[in-house]
Amino acid sequence: MNEQPKRIRIDHAEARSRPLAPDGAAEREAQPRGARTRKGRPVDHAEAAERFLAAPDHLSFHDKRLWDLREKRDREARGIPEWEQLRGLASQIKEHTLARLDDYLEEFERRATASGVVVHWARDAAEHNRIVLGILRGAGASRLVKSKSMLTEECGMRDFLAEHEIEVVETDLGERIQQLDDEDPSHVVVPAVHKLRSDVAAVFARTLGSDPSNDDPAYLAERQRMSNRPLILEARVGMTGANFLVAETGAVVVCTNEGNADLCASVPEVHIVSAGIEKLIPRARDLGVFIRLLSRSALGSPITQYTSHFRAPRAGGQMHVILVDNGRSNRLGMDEFWTSLKCIRCGACMNTCPVYRRSGGLSYGATYSGPIGLIIDPTIDRHKYSQLPYASTLNGSCTAVCPVGINIHEQILSWRRVMAEAHEPAMGKRLSMKGASAVLSRPAAYRRAVDAANAVLPHMPRFVLYNPANAWGKGRDVPAAPGQSFHAWYAAHRGPRR
Amino acid sequence: MRIGLFVPCFIDLFYRDVGIATLELLERLGHEVAYPPDQTCCGQPMGNAGFVAECAPVERLFERNFSGFEAVVCPSASCVHHVRNKSGIDAGLKSRVYELVEFLHDVEGPDRLPHARFAHSVTLHNSCTALRSLDHEQPPELNLPAAQRVSKPRALLARVEGLSLVETERPDECCGFGGTFSVSEEAVSARMGQDKVSRQQASGAEFVVSADMSCLMHQAGCAARHGIGLRYVHIAQVLNSEARA
Repeated sequence: MNEQPKRIRIDHAEARSRPLAPDGAAEREAQPRGARTRKGRPVDHAEAAERFLAAPDHLSFHDKRLWDLREKRDREARGIPEWEQLRGLASQIKEHTLARLDDYLEEFERRATASGVVVHWARDAAEHNRIVLGILRGAGASRLVKSKSMLTEECGMRDFLAEHEIEVVETDLGERIQQLDDEDPSHVVVPAVHKLRSDVAAVFARTLGSDPSNDDPAYLAERQRMSNRPLILEARVGMTGANFLVAETGAVVVCTNEGNADLCASVPEVHIVSAGIEKLIPRARDLGVFIRLLSRSALGSPITQYTSHFRAPRAGGQMHVILVDNGRSNRLGMDEFWTSLKCIRCGACMNTCPVYRRSGGLSYGATYSGPIGLIIDPTIDRHKYSQLPYASTLNGSCTAVCPVGINIHEQILSWRRVMAEAHEPAMGKRLSMKGASAVLSRPAAYRRAVDAANAVLPHMPRFVLYNPANAWGKGRDVPAAPGQSFHAWYAAHRGPRR
Repeated sequence: MRIGLFVPCFIDLFYRDVGIATLELLERLGHEVAYPPDQTCCGQPMGNAGFVAECAPVERLFERNFSGFEAVVCPSASCVHHVRNKSGIDAGLKSRVYELVEFLHDVEGPDRLPHARFAHSVTLHNSCTALRSLDHEQPPELNLPAAQRVSKPRALLARVEGLSLVETERPDECCGFGGTFSVSEEAVSARMGQDKVSRQQASGAEFVVSADMSCLMHQAGCAARHGIGLRYVHIAQVLNSEARA
């Protein structure tokens, strides 16, 4: 073991996992997998969540890790007296920009073009992917090194490029883990947070030839770095996403923690930026609002390790920016849902969501999971994601942490209304709602139902009460009915003497 | 004040004593309280599931039952949130509907409370609607000025002789009830409840007190299933604990 390289441990913002099992523990819990998608059927979040809940080590780590981020976020937010004003300002800037998006997009295009950047417009995922392929072909490249981007996930770019014999190399550690495991990212900021380090050790042993019994995070990170760095150094084309596009300067701003985005942007001759059209902000000084909010909300750290501004191609190189719509204009036209475009993809709503923390991002079966996913995904495919708005208790914590003031939990409720109006919920649910309405709007019928329950429930044997159709009773007890309703008590004690 | 007492459907069925405590408390404060016998529900179960059309007839019934009162008081934050912020109920009536803690704190004032004694250690459960929609307390996610950091339920419980408050970890985390969520996402809901009651147990409290009986119905069910001997009571029962002493 003495030829092992010297280890340098860096406890950066994404922190390190703690060992969950004592060294040498024989049985590693298998990683629960995500939602099973079946053609034409809505994603069944509840089913996938149940499998996640059946893996206690994964559940416990996932819940604690993300709750820890939420607590760090709270501490950072409390450290800034004007925090709530910042959130309000961020919301106003985004709403202003979205209301004049066409103007700001054109301004960005003018400024960027004047600096020598090639600006492309992509109506949808297919057009985006074709543009990327064209740039790669033009550069004679057969490989693309890239940093993290939810947009390219949304566009299915990796699969498309693979079909055209282009190898895509993810350079963000978490994203690379997910790529090597042939899984989608489960979180917008920490894409492999649903995995234990033992899972990562197994993936790297299988794909990178690392020691399967070594799940030390520093060792694993180093293995990934050693396998990726030569690919970055050889690459002709690199890609990054964008956190912000500044209209007045034509600058692309990328916020990361690993430095890989800067390598992808700076080492190859060609730099491609894939950005959704909602990433625009009007002025460079608006960054002062967003940069202060972004990493504090995301990871509870004051700022990302790198906040890089790209304004022009390097000497002798090329810089391309692809502005992607892919359903965003359509969303912008939705009265109740357009403000979801304010999202800066910090993931705070996911970290705080008690349902997300207990079901894992892959249980949503969509590019965007957690609370923000519940309100974005149905704009992409209403039927496929028709059950997602029900994967929430409407507790509102997502709205309270959102740095750009999206009323997430209210939009979740609005989506339920849209789904009900479109008859998306299952027949059984629709009938039970109609039945409930009929009983609850007729006092005599309601009274008969309550009296019947109070007559029957106290005497019902346990095996009858806890029958398989009683979903309530599967994991918790049914309240003991007192045998007398309040209504009956009131009539007996306060009602008119008869 | 002539008050209409609104007792939500599940309290009517399962928690007669919460209705009685609310009624007695309001009467002891000198109010004339009437319980309209034809009341059923506020419509929240349908409304929260998105079934707005199915909500409407239930809301009309609510209007018929309660429009004649100066104030309507209800011992449930989530029902009041539905009536006030989500329903199609007449705006004038909406503005006269109070959740019990709000009524006692904002309209009466904590110092008007009758004497109460509850010599137990208690942990407070703020429901998500009480916390984030009815402003019972500052949600921990927000960084509001000190002046806005008032806790209405704690101000009321501070008047209770012998009561000691202990804190539960992750106090603001949802317990997982969520109305129809408790059935449609049964596994996640039950797990959230299990986590909540385990933390309540670790607090060392004997009682869990809340302004929302629906959360407590879920939590008590989880505690019973996991053999946790905590007792779950509505804040009205604590504040009215000396009524028949």
